[in-house]
Amino acid sequence: MQLEGKTWKFGDNIDTDQIIPARYLNTSDPAELAKHCMEDADAGFAAAVSPGDIIVGGSNFGCGSSREHAPISIKSAGVSCVIAASFARIFYRNAFNIGLPILECAEAVEGISQGDEVAVDAGTGTIKNLTRGKEYQAKPIPPFMQEVIAAGGLIEHVKRKLG
Amino acid sequence: MGMTITEKILARHAGRDRVEPGELISARVDAVLGNDITAPLAIKEFEKIGVDRVFDPERVYLVPDHFVPNKDIKSAEQSKLMREFARKQELVHYFEVGRMGIEHCLLPEQGLVVPGDVVIGADSHTCTYGALGAFATGVGSTDLAAAMALGETWFKVPETIKFVYEGELPKWVSGKDLILYTIGDIGVEGARYMAMEFTGPVIEKLSMDGRFTICNMAIEAGAKNGIVPPDETTSEYVRERAKRPYRFEHSDPDAQYARTITYDVSWIEPQVSFPHSPDNTRPVTRATHVEVDQVVIGSCTNGRIEDLRVAARILKRQKVHPNVRLIVFPGTQAIYLQAMNEGLLQTFIEAGGAVSTPTCGPCLGGHMGILAKGERAVATTNRNFIGRMGHPESEVYLSSPAVAAASAITGRITHPEEVI
Repeated sequence: MQLEGKTWKFGDNIDTDQIIPARYLNTSDPAELAKHCMEDADAGFAAAVSPGDIIVGGSNFGCGSSREHAPISIKSAGVSCVIAASFARIFYRNAFNIGLPILECAEAVEGISQGDEVAVDAGTGTIKNLTRGKEYQAKPIPPFMQEVIAAGGLIEHVKRKLG
Repeated sequence: MGMTITEKILARHAGRDRVEPGELISARVDAVLGNDITAPLAIKEFEKIGVDRVFDPERVYLVPDHFVPNKDIKSAEQSKLMREFARKQELVHYFEVGRMGIEHCLLPEQGLVVPGDVVIGADSHTCTYGALGAFATGVGSTDLAAAMALGETWFKVPETIKFVYEGELPKWVSGKDLILYTIGDIGVEGARYMAMEFTGPVIEKLSMDGRFTICNMAIEAGAKNGIVPPDETTSEYVRERAKRPYRFEHSDPDAQYARTITYDVSWIEPQVSFPHSPDNTRPVTRATHVEVDQVVIGSCTNGRIEDLRVAARILKRQKVHPNVRLIVFPGTQAIYLQAMNEGLLQTFIEAGGAVSTPTCGPCLGGHMGILAKGERAVATTNRNFIGRMGHPESEVYLSSPAVAAASAITGRITHPEEVI
Protein backbone atom coordinates (compact mmCIF):
# COMPACT_ATOMS: atom_id res chain seq x y z
CA MET A 1 0.00 0.00 0.00
CA GLN A 2 1.55 3.30 -1.12
CA LEU A 3 0.67 6.33 1.01
CA GLU A 4 1.76 9.92 0.62
CA GLY A 5 0.97 13.03 2.56
CA LYS A 6 1.96 16.03 4.60
CA THR A 7 3.13 15.26 8.14
CA TRP A 8 1.79 16.50 11.45
CA LYS A 9 4.33 16.13 14.20
CA PHE A 10 3.53 15.44 17.85
CA GLY A 11 5.69 14.72 20.90
CA ASP A 12 6.22 11.73 23.18
CA ASN A 13 3.49 9.99 25.20
CA ILE A 14 0.52 11.23 23.18
CA ASP A 15 -2.25 9.56 25.19
CA THR A 16 -5.63 8.50 23.86
CA ASP A 17 -7.32 11.20 25.96
CA GLN A 18 -5.53 13.76 23.79
CA ILE A 19 -6.35 11.85 20.61
CA ILE A 20 -10.07 11.71 21.44
CA PRO A 21 -11.17 13.25 24.77
CA ALA A 22 -13.75 11.28 26.79
CA ARG A 23 -16.24 14.16 26.46
CA TYR A 24 -16.84 12.87 22.91
CA LEU A 25 -17.10 9.18 23.78
CA ASN A 26 -20.86 9.18 24.09
CA THR A 27 -20.87 8.09 20.44
CA SER A 28 -18.89 5.64 18.33
CA ASP A 29 -19.83 7.31 15.03
CA PRO A 30 -16.54 7.62 13.08
CA ALA A 31 -17.56 10.92 11.43
CA GLU A 32 -18.35 12.50 14.82
CA LEU A 33 -15.09 11.22 16.33
CA ALA A 34 -13.13 12.59 13.34
CA LYS A 35 -14.33 16.13 14.15
CA HIS A 36 -12.45 16.02 17.46
CA CYS A 37 -9.37 14.06 16.43
CA MET A 38 -6.22 15.12 18.35
CA GLU A 39 -8.23 17.96 19.91
CA ASP A 40 -6.41 18.17 23.25
CA ALA A 41 -2.99 17.94 21.59
CA ASP A 42 -3.74 20.45 18.80
CA ALA A 43 -7.21 22.04 18.81
CA GLY A 44 -6.85 23.10 15.15
CA PHE A 45 -5.84 19.68 13.80
CA ALA A 46 -9.22 18.23 12.83
CA ALA A 47 -10.19 21.30 10.80
CA ALA A 48 -6.84 21.57 9.03
CA VAL A 49 -5.91 17.95 8.30
CA SER A 50 -6.19 16.82 4.65
CA PRO A 51 -6.96 13.31 3.39
CA GLY A 52 -3.77 11.27 3.18
CA ASP A 53 -1.86 13.32 5.78
CA ILE A 54 0.44 11.43 8.12
CA ILE A 55 0.75 11.74 11.91
CA VAL A 56 4.27 11.49 13.28
CA GLY A 57 4.51 10.82 17.02
CA GLY A 58 7.37 10.29 19.45
CA SER A 59 7.65 7.36 21.82
CA ASN A 60 4.73 5.55 23.51
CA PHE A 61 2.14 6.94 21.06
CA GLY A 62 -1.44 6.05 22.06
CA CYS A 63 -0.76 5.34 25.74
CA GLY A 64 -3.51 5.37 28.36
CA SER A 65 -7.10 4.35 27.77
CA SER A 66 -7.95 1.34 25.59
CA ARG A 67 -10.58 3.33 23.67
CA GLU A 68 -10.62 2.11 20.07
CA HIS A 69 -12.30 5.41 19.32
CA ALA A 70 -8.75 6.86 19.18
CA PRO A 71 -7.47 5.03 16.07
CA ILE A 72 -11.00 5.27 14.60
CA SER A 73 -10.95 9.06 14.94
CA ILE A 74 -7.51 9.21 13.30
CA LYS A 75 -8.54 6.94 10.44
CA SER A 76 -11.84 8.67 9.82
CA ALA A 77 -10.17 12.10 9.90
CA GLY A 78 -8.47 10.94 6.71
CA VAL A 79 -5.01 10.30 8.17
CA SER A 80 -3.35 7.63 6.02
CA CYS A 81 -0.91 6.30 8.61
CA VAL A 82 0.87 6.97 11.89
CA ILE A 83 4.64 6.81 12.23
CA ALA A 84 6.03 6.81 15.77
CA ALA A 85 9.22 5.97 17.62
CA SER A 86 7.14 3.44 19.59
CA PHE A 87 3.50 2.65 20.30
CA ALA A 88 1.64 1.77 23.48
CA ARG A 89 0.52 -1.85 23.23
CA ILE A 90 -3.29 -1.50 23.26
CA PHE A 91 -3.20 1.23 20.61
CA TYR A 92 -0.87 -0.97 18.54
CA ARG A 93 -3.35 -3.87 18.56
CA ASN A 94 -6.33 -1.61 17.96
CA ALA A 95 -4.75 0.09 14.94
CA PHE A 96 -4.10 -3.25 13.21
CA ASN A 97 -7.52 -4.56 14.15
CA ILE A 98 -9.32 -1.64 12.51
CA GLY A 99 -6.97 -1.32 9.54
CA LEU A 100 -5.07 1.87 10.37
CA PRO A 101 -1.49 1.46 9.07
CA ILE A 102 1.14 2.22 11.73
CA LEU A 103 4.91 2.13 11.46
CA GLU A 104 7.54 2.09 14.18
CA CYS A 105 10.71 3.99 13.23
CA ALA A 106 12.59 6.25 15.65
CA GLU A 107 15.04 7.43 12.94
CA ALA A 108 12.22 8.59 10.66
CA VAL A 109 10.60 10.46 13.54
CA GLU A 110 13.92 12.17 14.18
CA GLY A 111 14.36 13.08 10.51
CA ILE A 112 10.86 14.39 9.79
CA SER A 113 9.79 17.96 10.56
CA GLN A 114 6.25 19.33 10.75
CA GLY A 115 4.84 19.73 7.24
CA ASP A 116 7.38 17.55 5.40
CA GLU A 117 5.97 15.53 2.49
CA VAL A 118 6.45 11.84 3.20
CA ALA A 119 5.80 8.70 1.14
CA VAL A 120 5.25 5.36 2.88
CA ASP A 121 5.10 1.80 1.59
CA ALA A 122 3.00 0.20 4.32
CA GLY A 123 3.81 -3.27 3.02
CA THR A 124 7.60 -3.06 3.10
CA GLY A 125 7.85 -0.39 5.82
CA THR A 126 9.88 1.98 3.67
CA ILE A 127 9.48 5.65 4.66
CA LYS A 128 10.71 8.37 2.27
CA ASN A 129 10.98 11.97 3.37
CA LEU A 130 10.37 13.63 -0.02
CA THR A 131 11.04 17.13 1.35
CA ARG A 132 14.50 16.22 2.63
CA GLY A 133 15.43 13.34 0.33
CA LYS A 134 15.99 10.82 3.15
CA GLU A 135 14.84 7.20 3.36
CA TYR A 136 14.14 5.06 6.42
CA GLN A 137 13.15 1.49 7.16
CA ALA A 138 10.47 0.82 9.80
CA LYS A 139 10.55 -2.20 12.12
CA PRO A 140 9.07 -5.30 10.45
CA ILE A 141 5.42 -6.07 11.18
CA PRO A 142 4.98 -9.32 13.18
CA PRO A 143 3.71 -12.24 11.03
CA PHE A 144 0.39 -12.51 12.89
CA MET A 145 -0.30 -8.83 12.25
CA GLN A 146 0.49 -9.37 8.57
CA GLU A 147 -2.16 -12.11 8.51
CA VAL A 148 -4.67 -9.72 10.08
CA ILE A 149 -3.81 -7.06 7.52
CA ALA A 150 -4.04 -9.56 4.65
CA ALA A 151 -7.48 -10.63 5.85
CA GLY A 152 -8.63 -7.00 5.97
CA GLY A 153 -8.76 -6.57 9.75
CA LEU A 154 -9.35 -8.78 12.77
CA ILE A 155 -13.06 -9.37 12.18
CA GLU A 156 -12.40 -10.71 8.68
CA HIS A 157 -9.59 -12.82 10.10
CA VAL A 158 -11.97 -14.33 12.70
CA LYS A 159 -14.62 -14.95 10.01
CA ARG A 160 -12.09 -16.96 8.00
CA LYS A 161 -11.09 -18.89 11.09
CA LEU A 162 -14.71 -19.77 11.85
CA GLY A 163 -15.65 -20.25 8.21
CA MET B 1 14.71 -22.98 33.19
CA GLY B 2 11.76 -21.88 35.32
CA MET B 3 8.80 -19.73 34.43
CA THR B 4 7.24 -16.64 35.94
CA ILE B 5 3.66 -16.68 37.22
CA THR B 6 2.58 -14.77 34.10
CA GLU B 7 4.24 -17.30 31.79
CA LYS B 8 2.71 -20.24 33.68
CA ILE B 9 -0.82 -18.86 33.47
CA LEU B 10 -0.44 -18.10 29.77
CA ALA B 11 1.11 -21.52 29.03
CA ARG B 12 -1.75 -23.36 30.72
CA HIS B 13 -4.34 -21.35 28.77
CA ALA B 14 -2.49 -22.00 25.52
CA GLY B 15 -2.48 -25.76 26.24
CA ARG B 16 1.30 -25.75 26.44
CA ASP B 17 3.91 -26.91 28.95
CA ARG B 18 5.85 -23.71 28.63
CA VAL B 19 5.99 -20.41 26.80
CA GLU B 20 8.85 -17.99 26.24
CA PRO B 21 8.77 -14.20 26.31
CA GLY B 22 8.29 -12.79 22.81
CA GLU B 23 6.31 -15.81 21.53
CA LEU B 24 2.92 -15.22 19.95
CA ILE B 25 0.35 -17.59 21.40
CA SER B 26 -3.35 -18.20 21.14
CA ALA B 27 -4.86 -18.59 24.60
CA ARG B 28 -8.24 -19.52 26.00
CA VAL B 29 -9.86 -16.73 28.03
CA ASP B 30 -11.78 -17.43 31.25
CA ALA B 31 -13.78 -14.25 30.91
CA VAL B 32 -14.08 -11.08 28.83
CA LEU B 33 -15.59 -7.75 29.79
CA GLY B 34 -16.73 -4.48 28.33
CA ASN B 35 -18.32 -1.26 29.53
CA ASP B 36 -20.78 1.31 28.17
CA ILE B 37 -18.08 3.06 26.11
CA THR B 38 -16.26 0.06 24.68
CA ALA B 39 -18.95 -2.65 24.49
CA PRO B 40 -21.24 -0.88 21.98
CA LEU B 41 -18.38 -0.78 19.46
CA ALA B 42 -17.53 -4.41 20.26
CA ILE B 43 -21.16 -5.47 19.78
CA LYS B 44 -21.27 -3.84 16.34
CA GLU B 45 -18.08 -5.69 15.36
CA PHE B 46 -19.32 -8.96 16.90
CA GLU B 47 -22.44 -8.78 14.76
CA LYS B 48 -20.29 -8.54 11.62
CA ILE B 49 -18.66 -11.90 12.42
CA GLY B 50 -21.86 -13.77 11.70
CA VAL B 51 -22.06 -16.04 14.76
CA ASP B 52 -25.34 -16.12 16.66
CA ARG B 53 -24.11 -16.58 20.21
CA VAL B 54 -21.22 -15.49 22.37
CA PHE B 55 -18.82 -18.30 23.31
CA ASP B 56 -20.31 -18.60 26.81
CA PRO B 57 -23.08 -16.41 28.28
CA GLU B 58 -21.61 -16.91 31.76
CA ARG B 59 -18.17 -15.59 30.73
CA VAL B 60 -19.05 -12.34 28.98
CA TYR B 61 -19.38 -9.58 31.59
CA LEU B 62 -20.97 -6.27 30.63
CA VAL B 63 -20.86 -3.41 33.12
CA PRO B 64 -22.31 0.00 32.35
CA ASP B 65 -20.15 2.22 34.56
CA HIS B 66 -18.56 5.10 32.66
CA PHE B 67 -21.47 7.41 31.84
CA VAL B 68 -24.15 5.93 34.10
CA PRO B 69 -26.63 6.81 35.42
CA ASN B 70 -26.70 8.12 31.87
CA LYS B 71 -25.59 11.71 31.51
CA ASP B 72 -27.19 12.49 28.15
CA ILE B 73 -29.24 11.03 25.31
CA LYS B 74 -26.27 9.76 23.33
CA SER B 75 -24.80 7.88 26.27
CA ALA B 76 -28.24 6.48 27.09
CA GLU B 77 -28.41 5.10 23.54
CA GLN B 78 -25.03 3.41 24.07
CA SER B 79 -26.22 1.82 27.32
CA LYS B 80 -29.44 0.73 25.67
CA LEU B 81 -27.56 -1.02 22.87
CA MET B 82 -25.49 -2.88 25.45
CA ARG B 83 -28.51 -3.78 27.61
CA GLU B 84 -30.42 -5.16 24.62
CA PHE B 85 -27.43 -7.23 23.55
CA ALA B 86 -27.11 -8.64 27.08
CA ARG B 87 -30.79 -9.65 27.05
CA LYS B 88 -30.66 -11.12 23.56
CA GLN B 89 -27.55 -13.14 24.39
CA GLU B 90 -28.96 -14.04 27.83
CA LEU B 91 -25.76 -12.88 29.51
CA VAL B 92 -25.76 -13.94 33.15
CA HIS B 93 -23.48 -11.14 34.33
CA TYR B 94 -24.88 -7.87 33.08
CA PHE B 95 -25.00 -5.30 35.90
CA GLU B 96 -27.76 -2.71 35.79
CA VAL B 97 -27.70 0.69 37.50
CA GLY B 98 -28.43 0.11 41.17
CA ARG B 99 -26.72 -3.27 41.09
CA MET B 100 -23.54 -2.26 39.30
CA GLY B 101 -20.23 -0.88 40.34
CA ILE B 102 -17.03 0.30 38.74
CA GLU B 103 -16.10 -2.83 36.77
CA HIS B 104 -12.67 -3.36 38.32
CA CYS B 105 -14.03 -3.07 41.85
CA LEU B 106 -17.15 -5.09 41.04
CA LEU B 107 -15.89 -8.21 39.24
CA PRO B 108 -13.36 -9.32 41.90
CA GLU B 109 -15.89 -8.50 44.64
CA GLN B 110 -18.46 -10.73 42.90
CA GLY B 111 -15.93 -13.55 42.58
CA LEU B 112 -16.16 -13.40 38.79
CA VAL B 113 -12.42 -13.13 38.36
CA VAL B 114 -10.34 -15.69 40.25
CA PRO B 115 -6.66 -16.56 40.73
CA GLY B 116 -5.06 -18.25 37.73
CA ASP B 117 -7.54 -16.74 35.25
CA VAL B 118 -6.79 -15.22 31.88
CA VAL B 119 -9.12 -12.26 31.46
CA ILE B 120 -9.26 -9.60 28.77
CA GLY B 121 -11.34 -6.48 29.06
CA ALA B 122 -12.07 -3.59 26.77
CA ASP B 123 -10.79 -1.21 29.40
CA SER B 124 -7.15 -0.46 30.06
CA HIS B 125 -7.49 -0.92 33.83
CA THR B 126 -8.42 -4.58 33.41
CA CYS B 127 -4.87 -5.17 34.69
CA THR B 128 -6.33 -4.58 38.20
CA TYR B 129 -7.17 -8.31 38.55
CA GLY B 130 -3.50 -9.21 38.61
CA ALA B 131 -3.83 -8.53 42.35
CA LEU B 132 -5.60 -11.91 42.58
CA GLY B 133 -2.75 -13.74 40.86
CA ALA B 134 -4.58 -13.72 37.53
CA PHE B 135 -3.34 -12.62 34.10
CA ALA B 136 -5.56 -9.74 33.06
CA THR B 137 -5.00 -7.13 30.39
CA GLY B 138 -6.81 -4.37 28.54
CA VAL B 139 -7.68 -4.59 24.86
CA GLY B 140 -9.79 -2.61 22.39
CA SER B 141 -13.35 -3.23 21.28
CA THR B 142 -12.51 -5.31 18.20
CA ASP B 143 -10.35 -7.67 20.25
CA LEU B 144 -13.26 -7.97 22.69
CA ALA B 145 -15.62 -8.76 19.78
CA ALA B 146 -13.34 -11.50 18.48
CA ALA B 147 -12.93 -13.01 21.96
CA MET B 148 -16.70 -12.89 22.58
CA ALA B 149 -17.06 -15.09 19.49
CA LEU B 150 -14.07 -17.39 19.94
CA GLY B 151 -13.41 -17.61 23.68
CA GLU B 152 -9.75 -17.12 22.91
CA THR B 153 -7.37 -14.40 21.86
CA TRP B 154 -3.73 -13.97 20.85
CA PHE B 155 -0.97 -12.61 23.06
CA LYS B 156 2.68 -11.86 22.77
CA VAL B 157 4.14 -13.44 25.91
CA PRO B 158 5.58 -10.49 27.85
CA GLU B 159 8.94 -10.30 29.55
CA THR B 160 8.61 -9.65 33.28
CA ILE B 161 10.12 -6.99 35.51
CA LYS B 162 10.20 -8.14 39.12
CA PHE B 163 9.69 -5.46 41.75
CA VAL B 164 10.73 -6.24 45.32
CA TYR B 165 9.45 -3.94 48.06
CA GLU B 166 11.46 -4.18 51.28
CA GLY B 167 11.45 -2.38 54.62
CA GLU B 168 8.55 -1.10 56.70
CA LEU B 169 5.75 0.92 55.15
CA PRO B 170 5.69 4.30 56.96
CA LYS B 171 2.44 5.63 58.42
CA TRP B 172 0.12 7.14 55.75
CA VAL B 173 1.99 5.42 52.95
CA SER B 174 -0.31 3.10 51.01
CA GLY B 175 -0.41 0.89 47.93
CA LYS B 176 -1.20 4.02 45.90
CA ASP B 177 1.99 5.70 47.07
CA LEU B 178 4.03 2.59 46.18
CA ILE B 179 2.71 2.47 42.64
CA LEU B 180 3.04 6.25 42.09
CA TYR B 181 6.59 6.01 43.40
CA THR B 182 7.33 3.06 41.09
CA ILE B 183 5.89 4.78 38.00
CA GLY B 184 7.80 7.92 38.95
CA ASP B 185 10.95 5.81 39.00
CA ILE B 186 10.56 3.78 35.79
CA GLY B 187 8.45 6.25 33.77
CA VAL B 188 5.21 5.94 31.80
CA GLU B 189 6.81 3.58 29.32
CA GLY B 190 9.18 1.92 31.76
CA ALA B 191 7.31 -1.40 31.50
CA ARG B 192 5.89 -1.02 27.97
CA TYR B 193 4.66 -4.42 26.70
CA MET B 194 5.93 -6.09 29.90
CA ALA B 195 4.57 -7.82 32.98
CA MET B 196 5.16 -6.13 36.35
CA GLU B 197 5.41 -8.69 39.14
CA PHE B 198 5.01 -7.06 42.56
CA THR B 199 6.73 -8.98 45.36
CA GLY B 200 8.55 -8.70 48.67
CA PRO B 201 7.68 -8.49 52.35
CA VAL B 202 5.82 -5.19 51.98
CA ILE B 203 3.48 -6.63 49.34
CA GLU B 204 2.98 -9.78 51.44
CA LYS B 205 1.70 -7.60 54.29
CA LEU B 206 -0.48 -5.48 52.00
CA SER B 207 -4.27 -5.95 51.99
CA MET B 208 -6.15 -7.01 48.85
CA ASP B 209 -7.44 -3.45 48.45
CA GLY B 210 -3.86 -2.15 48.40
CA ARG B 211 -2.84 -4.82 45.91
CA PHE B 212 -5.73 -3.94 43.58
CA THR B 213 -4.58 -0.31 43.62
CA ILE B 214 -1.03 -1.28 42.69
CA CYS B 215 -1.98 -3.62 39.83
CA ASN B 216 -4.60 -1.14 38.61
CA MET B 217 -1.91 1.36 37.66
CA ALA B 218 0.50 -1.08 35.94
CA ILE B 219 -0.90 0.25 32.64
CA GLU B 220 0.32 3.70 33.65
CA ALA B 221 3.88 2.36 33.26
CA GLY B 222 2.88 0.93 29.86
CA ALA B 223 2.68 -2.64 31.22
CA LYS B 224 0.65 -5.42 29.69
CA ASN B 225 -0.23 -6.76 33.14
CA GLY B 226 0.57 -6.35 36.80
CA ILE B 227 0.55 -9.39 39.06
CA VAL B 228 0.93 -10.25 42.74
CA PRO B 229 1.82 -13.79 43.89
CA PRO B 230 -1.29 -15.25 45.53
CA ASP B 231 -1.04 -16.07 49.25
CA GLU B 232 -3.13 -16.38 52.41
CA THR B 233 -4.49 -12.83 51.95
CA THR B 234 -5.65 -13.82 48.46
CA SER B 235 -7.21 -17.02 49.84
CA GLU B 236 -9.17 -15.12 52.44
CA TYR B 237 -10.49 -12.75 49.79
CA VAL B 238 -11.56 -15.35 47.23
CA ARG B 239 -12.69 -18.19 49.51
CA GLU B 240 -16.19 -16.85 50.07
CA ARG B 241 -16.49 -15.07 46.75
CA ALA B 242 -15.18 -17.29 43.95
CA LYS B 243 -17.89 -18.38 41.53
CA ARG B 244 -15.48 -20.77 39.80
CA PRO B 245 -12.61 -23.06 40.86
CA TYR B 246 -9.32 -21.22 41.07
CA ARG B 247 -5.66 -22.06 40.97
CA PHE B 248 -2.65 -20.43 42.60
CA GLU B 249 0.40 -20.19 40.37
CA HIS B 250 3.82 -19.07 41.56
CA SER B 251 6.99 -18.01 39.80
CA ASP B 252 9.75 -20.60 39.90
CA PRO B 253 12.89 -19.66 41.85
CA ASP B 254 14.87 -19.84 38.58
CA ALA B 255 12.35 -17.87 36.49
CA GLN B 256 13.94 -15.39 34.11
CA TYR B 257 13.30 -11.69 34.58
CA ALA B 258 14.18 -8.82 32.25
CA ARG B 259 15.12 -6.83 35.36
CA THR B 260 14.70 -6.96 39.12
CA ILE B 261 14.15 -3.65 40.88
CA THR B 262 14.30 -3.48 44.67
CA TYR B 263 12.96 -0.58 46.72
CA ASP B 264 13.44 0.07 50.42
CA VAL B 265 10.13 1.75 51.20
CA SER B 266 10.98 2.68 54.80
CA TRP B 267 11.77 6.28 53.91
CA ILE B 268 9.08 6.86 51.24
CA GLU B 269 6.63 9.73 51.81
CA PRO B 270 3.08 9.83 50.49
CA GLN B 271 3.43 10.60 46.77
CA VAL B 272 1.73 13.08 44.45
CA SER B 273 1.84 12.95 40.64
CA PHE B 274 1.84 16.41 39.11
CA PRO B 275 0.18 17.29 35.78
CA HIS B 276 0.16 15.97 33.13
CA SER B 277 1.72 12.57 33.59
CA PRO B 278 1.46 9.83 36.24
CA ASP B 279 5.26 9.59 36.31
CA ASN B 280 5.67 13.25 37.31
CA THR B 281 5.80 12.15 40.94
CA ARG B 282 7.03 14.08 43.97
CA PRO B 283 6.88 13.54 47.74
CA VAL B 284 3.82 15.25 49.25
CA THR B 285 5.95 17.67 51.27
CA ARG B 286 7.12 19.16 47.98
CA ALA B 287 3.53 19.68 46.82
CA THR B 288 1.99 21.52 49.77
CA HIS B 289 1.92 24.89 47.94
CA VAL B 290 -0.63 23.59 45.40
CA GLU B 291 -4.14 24.96 46.05
CA VAL B 292 -7.06 22.86 44.82
CA ASP B 293 -10.68 23.52 43.82
CA GLN B 294 -11.88 19.92 43.90
CA VAL B 295 -11.02 16.68 45.66
CA VAL B 296 -12.13 13.35 44.17
CA ILE B 297 -11.97 10.18 46.27
CA GLY B 298 -12.95 6.95 44.50
CA SER B 299 -12.49 5.22 41.11
CA CYS B 300 -11.27 1.75 40.12
CA THR B 301 -7.96 2.73 41.68
CA ASN B 302 -9.11 3.86 45.13
CA GLY B 303 -12.85 3.37 45.54
CA ARG B 304 -12.70 0.38 47.89
CA ILE B 305 -13.75 0.17 51.53
CA GLU B 306 -10.25 0.57 52.93
CA ASP B 307 -9.82 3.75 50.84
CA LEU B 308 -13.08 5.19 52.18
CA ARG B 309 -12.15 4.24 55.76
CA VAL B 310 -8.85 6.09 55.69
CA ALA B 311 -10.50 9.15 54.11
CA ALA B 312 -13.27 9.14 56.72
CA ARG B 313 -10.77 8.76 59.54
CA ILE B 314 -9.10 12.00 58.42
CA LEU B 315 -12.35 13.86 57.71
CA LYS B 316 -14.06 12.85 60.99
CA ARG B 317 -15.19 15.98 62.85
CA GLN B 318 -13.47 18.16 60.25
CA LYS B 319 -14.90 20.47 57.59
CA VAL B 320 -14.14 20.62 53.90
CA HIS B 321 -12.38 23.91 53.08
CA PRO B 322 -14.85 26.59 51.89
CA ASN B 323 -13.15 26.80 48.48
CA VAL B 324 -13.17 23.04 47.88
CA ARG B 325 -15.73 20.62 46.43
CA LEU B 326 -15.21 17.13 47.86
CA ILE B 327 -16.75 14.32 45.81
CA VAL B 328 -16.63 10.73 47.09
CA PHE B 329 -17.38 7.76 44.80
CA PRO B 330 -17.69 4.31 46.38
CA GLY B 331 -16.61 1.64 43.87
CA THR B 332 -19.66 -0.63 44.08
CA GLN B 333 -23.11 -0.81 45.64
CA ALA B 334 -21.77 -3.27 48.23
CA ILE B 335 -18.95 -0.90 49.18
CA TYR B 336 -21.46 1.97 49.28
CA LEU B 337 -23.70 -0.01 51.64
CA GLN B 338 -20.81 -1.06 53.83
CA ALA B 339 -19.58 2.54 54.01
CA MET B 340 -23.08 3.57 55.04
CA ASN B 341 -23.27 0.90 57.74
CA GLU B 342 -19.87 1.89 59.08
CA GLY B 343 -20.92 5.55 59.25
CA LEU B 344 -18.35 6.64 56.70
CA LEU B 345 -20.88 8.30 54.41
CA GLN B 346 -22.22 10.28 57.36
CA THR B 347 -18.69 11.51 58.04
CA PHE B 348 -18.26 12.66 54.43
CA ILE B 349 -21.63 14.41 54.39
CA GLU B 350 -21.13 16.08 57.79
CA ALA B 351 -17.75 17.30 56.60
CA GLY B 352 -19.46 18.98 53.64
CA GLY B 353 -18.67 16.47 50.91
CA ALA B 354 -20.87 15.02 48.17
CA VAL B 355 -21.31 11.25 47.95
CA SER B 356 -22.12 9.77 44.54
CA THR B 357 -23.45 6.49 43.24
CA PRO B 358 -20.64 4.33 41.77
CA THR B 359 -19.47 5.59 38.36
CA CYS B 360 -16.24 6.22 36.47
CA GLY B 361 -17.66 9.69 35.62
CA PRO B 362 -15.19 12.24 36.99
CA CYS B 363 -12.02 10.17 36.54
CA LEU B 364 -12.20 10.43 32.76
CA GLY B 365 -13.94 13.79 32.55
CA GLY B 366 -17.24 12.13 31.68
CA HIS B 367 -19.66 13.64 34.19
CA MET B 368 -20.19 14.19 37.95
CA GLY B 369 -17.31 16.53 38.63
CA ILE B 370 -15.94 18.13 35.46
CA LEU B 371 -13.31 20.84 35.92
CA ALA B 372 -13.59 24.31 34.38
CA LYS B 373 -10.71 26.12 32.68
CA GLY B 374 -7.89 26.78 35.14
CA GLU B 375 -9.33 24.60 37.91
CA ARG B 376 -7.25 22.13 39.84
CA ALA B 377 -8.16 18.83 41.48
CA VAL B 378 -6.39 16.35 43.68
CA ALA B 379 -7.79 12.93 42.89
CA THR B 380 -7.28 9.32 43.95
CA THR B 381 -7.79 8.32 40.30
CA ASN B 382 -5.17 6.97 37.91
CA ARG B 383 -4.54 9.53 35.15
CA ASN B 384 -3.70 13.22 35.10
CA PHE B 385 -3.38 13.64 31.34
CA ILE B 386 -4.23 16.95 29.65
CA GLY B 387 -8.00 17.46 29.86
CA ARG B 388 -8.53 14.19 31.71
CA MET B 389 -11.06 15.60 34.19
CA GLY B 390 -12.49 18.36 32.04
CA HIS B 391 -11.16 21.50 30.37
CA PRO B 392 -7.82 21.02 28.58
CA GLU B 393 -6.46 23.81 30.77
CA SER B 394 -7.49 22.19 34.05
CA GLU B 395 -5.10 20.16 36.19
CA VAL B 396 -5.23 16.86 38.07
CA TYR B 397 -2.84 15.83 40.85
CA LEU B 398 -2.89 12.14 41.72
CA SER B 399 -2.62 10.99 45.33
CA SER B 400 -3.72 8.44 47.92
CA PRO B 401 -7.09 8.74 49.68
CA ALA B 402 -5.30 9.95 52.84
CA VAL B 403 -3.60 12.86 51.06
CA ALA B 404 -6.80 13.68 49.14
CA ALA B 405 -8.86 13.80 52.35
CA ALA B 406 -6.29 15.97 54.14
CA SER B 407 -6.19 18.29 51.11
CA ALA B 408 -9.98 18.66 51.19
CA ILE B 409 -9.70 20.12 54.70
CA THR B 410 -6.92 22.63 54.02
CA GLY B 411 -7.68 23.53 50.39
CA ARG B 412 -4.15 22.71 49.29
CA ILE B 413 -2.22 19.46 48.87
CA THR B 414 -1.50 18.31 52.41
CA HIS B 415 0.29 15.57 54.32
CA PRO B 416 -2.30 13.76 56.50
CA GLU B 417 -0.08 14.29 59.55
CA GLU B 418 -0.81 18.03 59.30
CA VAL B 419 -4.54 17.65 60.00
CA ILE B 420 -4.59 14.72 62.42
